[in-house]
Amino acid sequence: MAHWIIAFPAIAFLLVAAPEAKATLYDDMGGKEGIDRLVDNSIKSFLADPRIGKTFDDTNMVRFRTMLTAQFCHIADGPCKYNGHSMAVAHRGLALRQVDFNALAEDLQSAMDVSGIPFRTQNRLLALLAPMQRDVVTK
Amino acid sequence: MRPLLKILSVIACLTGIDAPVSAQLFESGRLLATTGVNQLEGAGGGGLVPWALITGYGTRDAIGGNVHGTYVWLPNFTLGSAGAAIGLYDRVELSYAHETFDTRTTGGKLGLGNGYAFNEDVVGLKLRVFGNVVYDQDSWMPQVAVGAQFKSTDNHAILHAIGAKSSKGVDMYLAATKLFLEESLLLDATVRLTKANQFGLLGFGGDRNGGYSFEFEGSAAYLISRQIAIGAEVRTKPDNLSFAKEGTAVDVFAAYFLTKNLSTTVAYVGLGDIARQKGQNGVYVSLQAGF
Repeated sequence: MAHWIIAFPAIAFLLVAAPEAKATLYDDMGGKEGIDRLVDNSIKSFLADPRIGKTFDDTNMVRFRTMLTAQFCHIADGPCKYNGHSMAVAHRGLALRQVDFNALAEDLQSAMDVSGIPFRTQNRLLALLAPMQRDVVTK
Repeated sequence: MRPLLKILSVIACLTGIDAPVSAQLFESGRLLATTGVNQLEGAGGGGLVPWALITGYGTRDAIGGNVHGTYVWLPNFTLGSAGAAIGLYDRVELSYAHETFDTRTTGGKLGLGNGYAFNEDVVGLKLRVFGNVVYDQDSWMPQVAVGAQFKSTDNHAILHAIGAKSSKGVDMYLAATKLFLEESLLLDATVRLTKANQFGLLGFGGDRNGGYSFEFEGSAAYLISRQIAIGAEVRTKPDNLSFAKEGTAVDVFAAYFLTKNLSTTVAYVGLGDIARQKGQNGVYVSLQAGF
């Protein structure tokens, strides 16, 4: 009984304290290095995909790399600010369909695999990206 | 393929659906495992529970579909289900399943004769009302669908003898499915309005209760990887017949999505008492192929 009396406040404290101690997604993705590696692998994977590779024909890939890195860092609670176009503006005129959005998601998944990002961490990033479908897919 | 495309393009024109009629119509554009599997009665869902997801890998611009074969080994019975389902534009699902409930040697004890089998045909219709299970990660909104399962059995005289009111029935359900992607967790809650005894295999309505009952069904699935989900389900059922008690069905499952074209589910199901035979718990194996 005495053990429980001591244990209860301790458990309660842990439950309250735990969220603060939780690492950001940015940390779990390997910080700046991890995100740089992921962006490299992602771009390789997007361009090599016959389903969506052509979408990037008119894209300035240097700028795209900078923007994607900033966006991942920003949404993962890293020390960056994404100052690029909104998703709606960035994808305007591309007439993308759901299948294109999902193809990119699959490419990102394989890039995350190659980059050594664990499955659960992958899903945390995908959960932040998934709602962008509404702005990206216009067809 | 050509004539089929032509027919579909005519249907698309007539129905006013602005869909690209080409090979794109059949591309498996959704993400692996986000379709669920075919449940016992043929609808897209878990093993026991229909979910709000539309079967197959078609996005809102495409058509998907699959076939399934499921077998359940119980101490006194075996239950088989085979069927096909088609998903139209991630909006409408049409399904068909044929179920066979083999009484084996228990049939003899029940006076039906060894190997006597109850058969049931289920035609299913499901409509996604709103929500997208994958994209709606920034709100609590689930994907919601309504559905109906039109069931008929071929054993009218025997079903009447055990107290069932009818050999035909319609189940109606409302399903809400939510993927908490951040947690790699999928939850479903389904309410069903039904008269079915043992899924309809033992007819509809009974001497104890002839009307519809509201039943609750739920599933929880945890994604271990992109290819593997494990989880559990529960499904309450009416208890309409006085000759035999009927209880809640449960299962624990593992589903393995080899590719978008092939998946298999293995489960341990607890169906409780069936036709006075206690503890009908056993192994469930299902194989599914589609696109």
